[in-house]
Amino acid sequence: MGDLLAGLTEAFRMIVTLDAELIEITLRSLRVTLTALAISCLVGLPLGGWLAVRRFRLRRAVIATMNALIGLPPVVVGLVVYLFLSRSGPLGVLGLLFTPTAMIVAQIIIITPLVASIAYQAMRDLWSDYHDLLISMNATRGQRIVTLLIDARRALLTAALAGFGRAIGEVGAIMIVGGNIDGATRVLTTAIALETGRGDFALALGLGIILIALALIVSWGSHWAMRTERQGTW
Amino acid sequence: MIRALLMSALFLSAGSASAETMKLAVTTSFENSGLADILLPQIAADTGIDIELIVVGTGQALRLGEAGDVDAVLVHSKAAEEAFVAAGNATHRREIMYNDFVIIGPGDDPAGIAQAGDATEALARIATAQAPFVSRGDDSGTHKAELALWNAAGIPTEGDWYRPVGAGMGAALNTAVGMGAYVLSDRASWLKFGNKDGMSILFEGDPAMFNQYAYLPVNPARYDHIKAGAAARLEDWLVSERAEVLINGYRVADEQLFTFNAER
Repeated sequence: MGDLLAGLTEAFRMIVTLDAELIEITLRSLRVTLTALAISCLVGLPLGGWLAVRRFRLRRAVIATMNALIGLPPVVVGLVVYLFLSRSGPLGVLGLLFTPTAMIVAQIIIITPLVASIAYQAMRDLWSDYHDLLISMNATRGQRIVTLLIDARRALLTAALAGFGRAIGEVGAIMIVGGNIDGATRVLTTAIALETGRGDFALALGLGIILIALALIVSWGSHWAMRTERQGTW
Repeated sequence: MIRALLMSALFLSAGSASAETMKLAVTTSFENSGLADILLPQIAADTGIDIELIVVGTGQALRLGEAGDVDAVLVHSKAAEEAFVAAGNATHRREIMYNDFVIIGPGDDPAGIAQAGDATEALARIATAQAPFVSRGDDSGTHKAELALWNAAGIPTEGDWYRPVGAGMGAALNTAVGMGAYVLSDRASWLKFGNKDGMSILFEGDPAMFNQYAYLPVNPARYDHIKAGAAARLEDWLVSERAEVLINGYRVADEQLFTFNAER
């Protein structure tokens, strides 16, 4: 109980005093995760739309595989990305290991299946409504996907938020490929792991509370911006 | 607007060009001791080298060095280090300083190790009492030191009482505190540890429990990108008199943690 109270106090203190290190690692967490999320959405949302409108032989297998990849263990993704980016690995010449870019790459791999899968679910249902209309208008496949993306945008927001949630709270992969370097690749989750290891539970919990608050703010902010769940705008 | 952008671009480029950076893999025990927070700013001021610390166990630190992912390593496991140099992964091994290991346990000391004469006897008492013992179990320097002590005592590390957790020093200490078990820790990590909860140092001082740290610059002949110049300058600093004063003068709870013993 004492640790929980101390954690709340610590979180409050860091926020009120605008702790410089806290701001730095919070901004880095946001930068890494939002970049990964943007790229995942660029890939995952159109992929979901394409899977919704297109019928081909391996479609079920592709969708089942995509759903299974949602459960990719982050620590394995981290290890594989590490082996690729290591100086003695195939992409070692790029020198990306222990940089925020490496963390972004790992997070993209982790969340793209999740984003694509939720996007697909949303647009599949919409497609069954729109199918006859779009076919009769002789819309091209690209136009069909764009229509679905626009009209399913609120459900796609859920896909993006799910991806954001998984990425911002992830620690296993980015610890391996980022290295938790102070001032270079330390983010909220790796800092929490570090402080837990040092037995400083108050600071760790304080950082955790800030991380949760951040996820809430992003979710509220995006719902507000998309005007979801308001009267008359279902 | 344009001026503001230009200014920020200038500021960013100035910021990135100011210092040389190098990557150094260090052990969790070194980082947890807090000594890094004292040394790194002084190194940056004296040599202009910005050190990026990768904090891992000795086993992983040596793997990172072997793969060329760091420019140098600072670890504590002599046999593994010598094998590392023999394999051509590092140009040489330079001893810098030592601290010591201590055995932590619950305050009531069920195995009675506080009265033991040496490390071998202390471990024998734990094994005889079947008192729970948490092992790092992660191939780190501390883990190897612990195994060497058990080996010297001739006690097989098996049974319900022996619990390898496969985690870093801090996590292992948290586990030991949680189940009231004995655990081998470096003194620095324990003194800095915030979650002691009735546990204390029960056995210390056997020379067999000294813990030598050594610096190994990664062999630049292996990889083109290794910053051998910065690694050499860092080594010169680490064995300098200024480093000696800082290392010997570093205290936690009024105890000296590290003893400088580099040969110049």
